[in-house]
Amino acid sequence: MSSTVNNLWLIPAFPLLAAAVLAVTKQRHRRFSAFLAIAAMAIAFLISGAAFLSTLGDTGEEGIWREVKNFPWFQIGKSTVQLGWILDPLTASMLVMVTFVGLLIFIYSIGYMAHDSNSTRFFGFLSLFAAAMLGLVISNSLLLLFICWELVGLASYLLIGFWYHKPSAAAAAKKAFITTRIGDMGLLLGMLWLYSEAGTLLFYDNGNGCLEASALTKLVAQTTVFGMAVSTGISLLIFCGAMGKSGQVPLHVWLPDAMEGPTPVSALIHAATMVAAGVFLIARMYPLMALQPEASVSASQVVHAPALSISEKERASRALAIVQPVVHDSKPLLKSAPPVPEGESQVEGKAAASQHGATSTSTALQVITWIGTITAVFAACIAVAQTDIKRILAYSTVSQLGFMMIGLGVGGVAVGMFHLMTHAFFKALLFLGAGSVIHGCGGEQDIRRMGGLTQYMPTTFLTYAAGMMALSGVPVLAGFWSKDDILHAASVWSVSRWPFYLCLFAALLTAFYMTRQVCYVFLGRYRSSDALSANSSSHGHHLPHESPSVMTIPLMILAFCAVLLGLIGTPVWPWFEGYLSGHHPSLSLGNLFESGTIQIMLISTAVVFIGIGLAWRLYGSRAVAGSEDPDILERARPEVFSVLRNKFYVDELYEATVIRFNAWAGWVCDWFDRWVWTGAVRLLSYLVLGFSWLNRLFDEYVINLGFDQGCQQVKNGGQMMSSLQKGQVQLYLRVIGMALTALLLVLTWGIGQ
Amino acid sequence: MKEFPIITALTILPLIAGIVLCGFDSQQKRLARGLALTVSLVCLVLAGLLWKNFDAAFAGLQFVERRSWVPTLGVEYFVGVDGLGLLMVMLSAIVVPMAMLASWEIEDRVPIYFSLVLFLQAGLFGTFTALNFFHWFIFWELSLVPAFFLIKLWGGAGRHFAATQFFVYTMVGSVAMLLAFLAIVLATGTFDFIRLAGLARTGELASAVAAKLHWLGLSGSQLSLILFSGLLLGFAVKVPLMPFHTWLPSTYAEAPTGTTILLTGAMSKMGLYGFLRILMPLFPEQMRMVLTPLLWLAVITIIFSACAAFAQKDLKRILAYSSINHLGYCLLGVFAAVKLTGAQPSWTTEKAAVLNGVLLQMFNHGLTASAIFCFIAFLERRSNGLRGLNDFSGLRKVAPIFCGLMGISLFASLGLPGLNGFVGEFLIFKGAFSLASWATALSAIGLLVTAIFLLTLLQRVFNGPLNERWSKFKDLSVAERLIVLPATVLMFAIGIYPQMIIRVINTTVLKMVSQLN
Repeated sequence: MSSTVNNLWLIPAFPLLAAAVLAVTKQRHRRFSAFLAIAAMAIAFLISGAAFLSTLGDTGEEGIWREVKNFPWFQIGKSTVQLGWILDPLTASMLVMVTFVGLLIFIYSIGYMAHDSNSTRFFGFLSLFAAAMLGLVISNSLLLLFICWELVGLASYLLIGFWYHKPSAAAAAKKAFITTRIGDMGLLLGMLWLYSEAGTLLFYDNGNGCLEASALTKLVAQTTVFGMAVSTGISLLIFCGAMGKSGQVPLHVWLPDAMEGPTPVSALIHAATMVAAGVFLIARMYPLMALQPEASVSASQVVHAPALSISEKERASRALAIVQPVVHDSKPLLKSAPPVPEGESQVEGKAAASQHGATSTSTALQVITWIGTITAVFAACIAVAQTDIKRILAYSTVSQLGFMMIGLGVGGVAVGMFHLMTHAFFKALLFLGAGSVIHGCGGEQDIRRMGGLTQYMPTTFLTYAAGMMALSGVPVLAGFWSKDDILHAASVWSVSRWPFYLCLFAALLTAFYMTRQVCYVFLGRYRSSDALSANSSSHGHHLPHESPSVMTIPLMILAFCAVLLGLIGTPVWPWFEGYLSGHHPSLSLGNLFESGTIQIMLISTAVVFIGIGLAWRLYGSRAVAGSEDPDILERARPEVFSVLRNKFYVDELYEATVIRFNAWAGWVCDWFDRWVWTGAVRLLSYLVLGFSWLNRLFDEYVINLGFDQGCQQVKNGGQMMSSLQKGQVQLYLRVIGMALTALLLVLTWGIGQ
Repeated sequence: MKEFPIITALTILPLIAGIVLCGFDSQQKRLARGLALTVSLVCLVLAGLLWKNFDAAFAGLQFVERRSWVPTLGVEYFVGVDGLGLLMVMLSAIVVPMAMLASWEIEDRVPIYFSLVLFLQAGLFGTFTALNFFHWFIFWELSLVPAFFLIKLWGGAGRHFAATQFFVYTMVGSVAMLLAFLAIVLATGTFDFIRLAGLARTGELASAVAAKLHWLGLSGSQLSLILFSGLLLGFAVKVPLMPFHTWLPSTYAEAPTGTTILLTGAMSKMGLYGFLRILMPLFPEQMRMVLTPLLWLAVITIIFSACAAFAQKDLKRILAYSSINHLGYCLLGVFAAVKLTGAQPSWTTEKAAVLNGVLLQMFNHGLTASAIFCFIAFLERRSNGLRGLNDFSGLRKVAPIFCGLMGISLFASLGLPGLNGFVGEFLIFKGAFSLASWATALSAIGLLVTAIFLLTLLQRVFNGPLNERWSKFKDLSVAERLIVLPATVLMFAIGIYPQMIIRVINTTVLKMVSQLN
């Protein structure tokens, strides 16, 4: 078994090697480059599969299957900086997801990038990205995770700016790197703080890791500014990093712009994997995130035990004698909500925390939940008014990442991670489908100039519809189960009911904007021709065509997953939750009728169908007439629609504040430098020069200058080059000689005393 | 090998070669270039030998050569290296050939140019190996002279002002330092750094200063503070620490780019070397007294220079400010390391981390900045000296290798993990965060702004639509690639396996830390 974890490094190593080889491969070896990247990814997938299988083994007792391998990186002072990798269910499931989705996207890229002259570089960057992402996933050290995290950012920068000759792509790449780096500074500081408090950045190290009980106990016991626990401070800083990478408000602005990259990149990085890194980070650090000091646990907070798992509840009730849970601020629907299975995901951290009585939702998790909620609703609203096929999906991604954060905040690791998994498949599917549409329509991205594509691209349509329904949360498709988990956990959250309601609203909007998009793109008639008459420079007189099978087969595989993947995490058989938390769930229909599960399901189904129905009524029942027609909503409420179309003017706001401030700060510093500092220093230098002893040197310098001018004239005469240098060197030597003489004089004087 | 005086050879060889080159006819360009490069490569080999034979487990001075020089004055020829000195010698040995190769196309007074570069190299080696103030100061000043002439004779349009400013600034700093040191010598009667450091640890330095010097009836502690300030000024100008930095941007911008490589790659380390070798061992108490303002000055240096870089339009000025910013992290590290006394094990660990980080950052900055300025030199070759931020656009299309390699250096400079810059900065931040949390946290802003202006540089120069004016822009030639290749390989090597550097400096750092407590 341990050989698996020892060889885990091979998973990122193969793509990394491919990236290194492709970095020096000539551009004409296109087939070789695609082959190499795909082969490396396929090997990584196979090893990941093997690793995954080994984590299915029985651990004997209740607990999470986990193996780590740590090794020293370098030595500073008497201590060593260690790195390491880890194999546990969280890592294994991510590995399989990233390599599988990645492999499909790599294959799809053969078709999509067939006409790009620079595709060698493209596959190299993709491989670099895959290597960094896989490295991030297997890290058992926050430091190694941070290193890979930054490399993922680099790969994203390179790929967004892949079409660097487009100014918009170059700007978007820079924006993505810098916006995420703002978050990364928080992560860096959190990491440094954690390092200085815990003394290690290894997550698990036989009881000495920073996520293990002894370190956690220490972290939660100390307080810092504003009476906050150190653990809370660190958690919030680390969350800043997650906000940047996972596009949470207010650092979401880079993600829609990242759509400037080629579509497979959008699918791989900006939908399925990289943006999930933030969510993964929170999941990885969950024991830390869930810490809350004992002092702030009031009686009413302790009571919210429904979020605890049954086994933990037993353990906790033995320790703390918790009374029968009563959700004190519950609304009528959920008045008597008993413990729910989702809570089983409250893994070790909660367990460790509960040992010293910290059972309330931690401050950090509350912040995560609220930010996630705001993001989910905010981005969903914007998505309603967009007309670029990829931007709609981008805002949808931001919104879904918000859902994942809510899941982590209210439900725990398994709830958030389950949505991450299902979302990776259906969002990759949607992006690749969108890529197929764009490819088929000759590069067109505006949904108003599409329409009626069902007849031209039947495979794309069918797979896209599956993805759209999965994302909307139509029952029994993947998104339904994972979103339901989140809604369910939110409905019993002890702190507030608002995330639940807002989640429902965001789910409604999701169904609405996805249906709107599908109606625009696939229904009605093809509207590009009237765009042509209006704008003759538009491309492609030919009709849309279906994409080659190298592109459609990955779509079909992903569609299959988007339909069925949810079955690993249904309330009847919550295998995924069990897998992540080390339980063995049994198949039980009874779970459906416990804890309001069926009610939530009915509500969410109703919400989804309302969303779909509304959109169908507005956009589907009568075909959109022309590409220049304003949106139906725009006709109804132009001012609201315009705010949404302009993304709540966040970019403009940043332009007017942050960016202007930055330019201003630069200008001020420059101005200060040129005038104030220089002036002050000149003044100071004159004061120093006031010493009579120095005056001699100063005189020499003035003479020196005069001499230079003399030399200049000589030079202008066009001769005596060498004498010029000779003279100056001599002069300088004289200065030095004089200084040394002075030195000797002073010395002899000093010794004479 | 033990008998062969490598350090003396290192210093003497460029000195002799420089003198020989002075006698060359100005038409013997090829010969002059060839000779200079050969000598600098021989020095590189010698430095490599030093590195190879250095015993990393032994904390003290190695390769010591000690001869009586002016016995009546206590002046000795006393040279040797520990981890710090060795690292700096190695850096200088790497940077000088790069600078020479980047100046290859200079056609004006070639022998003198290269002779001055060799003098400068001798000055660098001397400064980093001398352990006697007298001897050390000669080399410190000796390196200033050639730099002055290199700027003044081969520089850009504003070279006269820049050279003068550079000269006056550093001279004022040097004089202040000289005076302070003379007073120390008067009080203690020794020029020997090692002995002085020992005296400072036992407290005899302070008492000697109080006993021997009676200026204006000042007390011993006041006198010590004055002497400390004199030395501080000398080093602060050289690094530079704000507000003593204004000479740097114009000097770097006006100097011929080959010289800028020398200035930023090697000479800027002299100031930090002074901090570590002289100021920190001799006056830790005084440093602690004014530590809070010093720490804030370091933070201001970091943030301010990054912001100022963002406002520049000249590539060399951008990188000059970037240089100030990077050395600001080193200063932050030095000041943080001095903070808090006592032998608590956790502090010792943090201080070891921070000082390892400082040394590593010094080396990394020298390497990376030299490489970047090499690229600027290549750019100037192709653009007839044009180097405005907005003068280019889309060069990546015609010069992908140029863009790729320069991109690597720029990302190394902004501290991307996997490349050298990250490890040094991480260690400085790690150690300094525990010792001086708020100053360190604020300094992180500098990391962010650095990313902004470096990416802006990449965006404006290499991305976007190709500016038609540069459609004939040539990609890097094989020779040019070979010039930057060693530095690029080192960037990766150090980034991935920092132990190769830290191995050499760690024991020295541990000794420094134990002496601080």
